[in-house]
This record gives sequence, structure tokens and C-alpha cells, in this order.
Amino acid sequence: MEAADYDIASADIAWCPGCGNFAILQALKAACAEIKKDPKDIMIVSGIGQAAKLPQYIRCNMFNGLHGRALPAATGIKAANRELTVIAASGDGDMYGEGGNHFIHAIRRNPDIVNMVHNNMIYGLTKGQASPTTGLGKKTAVHIDGVKETPFNPLAVAITLDASFVARASAPDIKQTTKILRMAMQYKGYALIDILQPCVTFNKENSYEWLKNKTYYLDDRYDPRKKEQALKKAFETQKLPLGVLYVSKKKKTFEETLACYSDKEKSPLYKRTRDQEDVLAALEGK
Amino acid sequence: MTAQEVNIALCGGAGQGIQTVESILTELIKRSGYNVFSTKEYMSRVRGGLNSTTIRVSPEPVRAMNGKVDILLALAPGAVEHMGHRVGSDTKIIGDDVGDIKGAIVTGLADEAIKLGSPIYSNIIAASALARVLGIEREDVDDLVGTRFEGKGKAVVEANINAITAGYALGEELVSKGISYRFETDSKVKGQLLLNGSQAIAYGAMAAGCDFISAYPMSPSTGVLIHLAAQSHRFGIAVEQAEDEISAINMCLGASYAGARALASTSGGGFALMEEGISLAGITETPIVVHIAQRPGPATGLPTRTGQEDLELALHAGHGEFPRIIYAPGTLDDAFEAVGAAFNNAEKHQVPAFVLTDQYLMDSYHNIGRWDLKPQTIENHLIKTTPGYKRYEQTESGVSPRGVPGYGTGLVYADSDEHDVEGRITESAKVRDEMVEKRLRKARGIRKDVMEPVVDGELDAKLLVVCWGSTYPAALEASRSLGPTVSIVYFKQVYPLPEDAMKYLGSAKRTLIVEGNATSQFGRLIRAETGHVFDHKVLKYDGHPFTADMLKLKLMEAI
Repeated sequence: MEAADYDIASADIAWCPGCGNFAILQALKAACAEIKKDPKDIMIVSGIGQAAKLPQYIRCNMFNGLHGRALPAATGIKAANRELTVIAASGDGDMYGEGGNHFIHAIRRNPDIVNMVHNNMIYGLTKGQASPTTGLGKKTAVHIDGVKETPFNPLAVAITLDASFVARASAPDIKQTTKILRMAMQYKGYALIDILQPCVTFNKENSYEWLKNKTYYLDDRYDPRKKEQALKKAFETQKLPLGVLYVSKKKKTFEETLACYSDKEKSPLYKRTRDQEDVLAALEGK
Repeated sequence: MTAQEVNIALCGGAGQGIQTVESILTELIKRSGYNVFSTKEYMSRVRGGLNSTTIRVSPEPVRAMNGKVDILLALAPGAVEHMGHRVGSDTKIIGDDVGDIKGAIVTGLADEAIKLGSPIYSNIIAASALARVLGIEREDVDDLVGTRFEGKGKAVVEANINAITAGYALGEELVSKGISYRFETDSKVKGQLLLNGSQAIAYGAMAAGCDFISAYPMSPSTGVLIHLAAQSHRFGIAVEQAEDEISAINMCLGASYAGARALASTSGGGFALMEEGISLAGITETPIVVHIAQRPGPATGLPTRTGQEDLELALHAGHGEFPRIIYAPGTLDDAFEAVGAAFNNAEKHQVPAFVLTDQYLMDSYHNIGRWDLKPQTIENHLIKTTPGYKRYEQTESGVSPRGVPGYGTGLVYADSDEHDVEGRITESAKVRDEMVEKRLRKARGIRKDVMEPVVDGELDAKLLVVCWGSTYPAALEASRSLGPTVSIVYFKQVYPLPEDAMKYLGSAKRTLIVEGNATSQFGRLIRAETGHVFDHKVLKYDGHPFTADMLKLKLMEAI
């Protein structure tokens, strides 16, 4: 497979020129090609927002659902068909704001999905309001006196909840983002990738240059299995660490715990039949 | 002498074990070959307060409750007051704390139970005394109680056997005071099922091939989730308690999109949270079955009580315009059937299908033959996709061949944005028109599959009673008791109405509608769809069900 195999020639892309989403799209196609996944076996689920338009521009199955609700839908899809590689992709407002409750519980549930969060620290589609990750004091048309709410720290929350895989990437670095995405797709269990991304139209503070100066990569000696160390990394603010911050001890995925699956029975639910006589027998206590 | 029927009420505090008495006694009654119906009303609390269960025994099948109480077993102080006007001058009142009521029979249940080792044994004593009153053989009680407590050790079984002995002694005393009932037995009843509404919905869903449920606990819908969980290993069902109803419906929609037969089950408040998801089902044409067990609102309302207030909620749920199907079964066999029809028609027409029940139906038990529960052939209407597959291909019926990801070689797109035939986002006004019209065109096929209403009596009767959902059995009994002047039409599907609904409503002298709400929601729907205006409305919104005897009086007023 090549990255171009996932292109949609006719796609009329709605992102602003220079948007960080272009780089994320390119990295995702490259990662899919690297793990040689056929488009028919890939499933991208998104919510609403500029980031949530991602599946409109990549050739594979798409469920473009409701704002904030990509994770429950992705969880349901993966539960119905374990053979699909399921990716839930949306922005910071969608995943951490509207869908914040689902974010917490998806981590606890641990479905084998990749959760890409395009984190540009602003609302793009609704034109420049503060998101849960917008920095303190930023003035917007709504926050005329500056943002007063403490920014949400998704990595610290995910590590605290013992998420299976927690990483941070920087969108402009396509090569490293591809690598992290590939690792997340191959990792069994819930994998969060918070992808820092510039918004060239509505967020002048967190620019390409800011990203370059503000981030650094964890080096090869960093051991992501150590939870306390990972948590410390998640709280660093001077410079933001990039790479895989945390991987949990091996644990069962959500799908593996469901009664519809066993060592013998892993087939997708659409293939199943039901013995109706046996249902009536069960009702009779037999 | 054989009796026509007896209505027994048990009243006590939450946590006192009334449900144990109910479950043992109803099973014994059924095993003896008597028909039985039981239902409960309870407060929203785990301990204390006053709850009651009504058990109706008859030689004929009984499907509704009567308000009148023949025997009241008062298990806590205040029980008689709690039962209010249901207690009459001829009601036999039995209990420990009824000394100041004239003619009441004072017992020492609590003391006897403590002598046996625990206050909990008062339940078995009470159940056994009532069994004696109904002429049930002692050994049947020993059998049932023995099996039920088998797992709890020899000492517990022994104490329970002693409790039965004490109960039969008390029963003898009651019989000697003339409290004794004998009925003609029906051997068919003995081997029947004793079922409630929660089971009818849950097993109906299982028989319909349901293999996915995600729900958030909410009275009175929780029983359905519990029954599916209990059978999940046997039938391979994915069961997940979601963090909220929004998650529940979106998980169900994801699962359904991927080919599962998904059930969402909730009550009005939880359903209100699901509404955006219903709208998503509408535009993505994802089949979904939603069970709504109604209770009185607004907001928390009366959380453990009954009502029919959410018809308009289901009818208008979700922003935008798209077709839907709403069933409102009023009996256990209809509930079983309606869930099956909901699954098949949701898949066939790719729309949301609702099954409206209520607390009264969920919590009411009666004996029913296994053969009265008729599973429908499971239809999934899926196709194997090929490259270039178009999920929203235009068709005459408006229904496009439905593929799921991974089945075949095509790609499956679902989009909450307006989309083209492939499923990709568009703002083309032309495509928008075509897609709106395609979705609405499905209403024609849906109407062809409507369940016709059930008619009892002649349509040109003096008084025609219209009802829907759980009011049906009480309305049927009331109307039959008044002879041929009163007929009844029961809608088990409330939306869409059959094409020729006026065929049912147009020839009676006068029409009356019975509903468990304050504004006659179904009456309004019928008027909007047909122009028909009812002459009388019997509406009830106090949180309690209609009883056959109360409804009879209301119908007599209207004649």
C-alpha cells in the first residue's frame, strides 16, 4: 500500500491554506500505508468541527457522527466488528469539551481504538472561541476579559486513568507523527494521541514557530512504562514533551470482555444468527 | 363454593420483602391451575415508606388490575390508610397493627418470625397463610420454598419450613373465620409462564436477534437491561452500561451501523438526552430500536410510577424531518411481538423504531402460554458491498441497499452532514432536495407495514372506546362488562396510523379516548391525522394505572 491509495481525488477540502490538519491527514495516510491496511478494513469515526472533516478526505470507511460523540460511536463499531481498525478523530473542543465525559469513560472502558485529537487550542469551525485547552488569559469575542478556566490537561487525565497508550505529537513533524500514529494503530487497547496543531486563522499565539520552540522529543532512554514519571512529563509546561509518554501494563480490551466474544467466537455481529427456540427455552428457565 | 375472583393486596415498607411474598404466591397460584395477575406500586426509596402489591386470582385469564381489595395484608403501620378508597367495608383486613380497625384480624406475624430467628420469615408465614386461604396444597409450598432457598443451606430451609407451618396455622384460623376461596382449576395454566413486561420486552428483543445493548439505568426501564445481561453469555450479547444516555444511543448507533442489532432502553428523561442521536439515526438512515418505559414527568416527576406522557416526545424526538415508527403494546404478548416488529421494520426501512411501554406494564405479571409468544422471522436486509458502493443510492421506495463495513469490498460512509448518494458531505441544494425527499419517501413503505388496531365489538356501537398501550386490558375488561353498547379499538402501533384510520372511528355514535396523561396526546395525534374529534376523554395522570372497575364507572357515565 502507498499513502496515495487513500487519496480521494475529488475531495473539496474545506481547511484554510496552511492549516495543521493537512499535515495530520498526510501522516495518517502514511501510517495506514505502513501497516498495509486495506481501506475497507479501516474505519474513521469523527464528531463535528474542522478536524472532524478528516474522514471526508481519506479513502476508507467513515462515520461522521455528532459533535462530541465520536468515542461512543467508535466503541460501538469496534464492539460490533473487531476486525476493523477503528480510529476516532476530532478536535480539542469536540473530544475534551462536548465529549469530555465520553473521553474519561472511553479510557476506563479500553476499546482497541486510536483516539486522535487535533489540538489547536481553539474552536476553528465556529470561528475563534476558546476551547478546553486554550491558554489562560487569551481574549476572544466571547472571553472579552480573557479565558479564566484552567486549561484541560488531557495527557495527565489519561495517564491518571491508566490509559493503555498515551502520546503527544506535533502536526508539522509529519515523519514523527506518522511513526506515533503507526505505533498507536498497532497497539492493542485505547490509544490517545494528542496532536498539537497550529490554527493559522484563529490562534496567532500557538503558531508554527511557537510549536517548534515550545516542544521537544523524549529521548530513546525514556521508559513509558513508568507511570509516575509519565505523569511528571504530562505536567511539564516550560517545554512540552513529544512522543509516547505512557503505556500501561497489558490489560483486556473492552471487546475482549464482552459476552458476545470468546476464544472460539470472534466473528463480527452482522454474521450472527439467533436460535429463537432457545430464547423461549431460557424464558421457561430451561 | 367456587368464587369468581379474589383481589389480594399486600402493603408494607420498602425492603420488608413484599416482593418475596408476591413472587412465591403468584407462582403457587399459577402452579395450582388458577389464573393470576399481579402488579405493584412503590415509592422511590430503598427502605421504609409504603408500597403495595395487588394479586388478582380468577378461574378466567386476568390481564388487568381491579381497584377493589378483598383481602388486605397490612404488613406495616399505616397500610390501611395507604390503600385509601380501595379498602371497602367488606375488605378483610389482616395484620399485626390493625387492632383499632373494626372487624380486622390481628396477627402476630412479626413475633412469630422473630421466634423463628429473623423478621424476614414473616414473608413466608404471610405467603403460606394466603396459600391456605386459596386452598393450595401444603406440599406445593414446601416444594417451591425448598427449591428457592436450597442454595442458602440446610438451616435456612428448615427455618422456612417452620415458617410455612406457622403460616398454615394462621391460614386455618382465617379459613375458620370464613376467609376461604376455591376456584375451578385449569390444567393448562399450570405449565404456563409467569411473565412481566420487562421480560416480554427483553426476551422479545433476544428472539428478534438483539445482540447489542448499551443503556444507563433508569426506572422503570432497568429490568430490560438486567434480563439481557443475565442471558448475554448464552446468546452472545454485547451489554454495556454507558456513562450516560448520550453515550448509550451513540454506541448503539455505531454498533448498528457496523451490523449489530442494537437496542437502546430508557425512560423519558434518559430519552430526552438521546434525542440528538435519534436525529443522527434519521439522517444516516441507521436502524435503531428504542424502548421507552414511560413514567410521569416533567423532569424527575414520579420516578417509580406510571403514565403515558411521552408519546409526543417520541413522535417529535430529534431535530429535522425524518420518518419513524412507534409501537405501544398493551399486553405481554404484544410487547414481545412489537419488539420483533420494531427490529425488522427499523432494518427494513432504515429508521428509528420506538416501543413505548410504562411502569405498569413493566411491573405487571400474569400467566401466559409459551405459544402466545410468537417470534417473527429475523430479517436483516443487508447486502454484500462491491467497489463503488453507494450507501444512499436513490430508489423508488427511498430505501437504499444497506451495506456494513467489512462485508464485501465497498466502503460504507455515514454522515451527519447532508450528503450525496455515496454518503459524502455536500451543500448542493439539488442534492439536499433529493435526499430529504428520499428519506421522507420511506414513510409510504412504513405505512404498508403498520400493525392494524385490535377491535373488540362492533364499530358502530353506541360508544367506541379508543386506547393505546397498557390501558388496553383494563379498558377491554370494562367495555366487555357493559355488553354490546360499548366497543373498543386498541392501537398497538400509534404512529404512523393506518391509511384508513377513519374506518375504525367513523361509524360509532360517540367516541371516547382513554389515556394516561393530562392532555390527550394520542387524541391530538388522531385529530391531526384524521380530523376526528373525540366526544369524551378519560384521562389519568396521578401516577397510578387505570383499573378495570374504575374505568367501567367512567364508561357508564359516558353511555
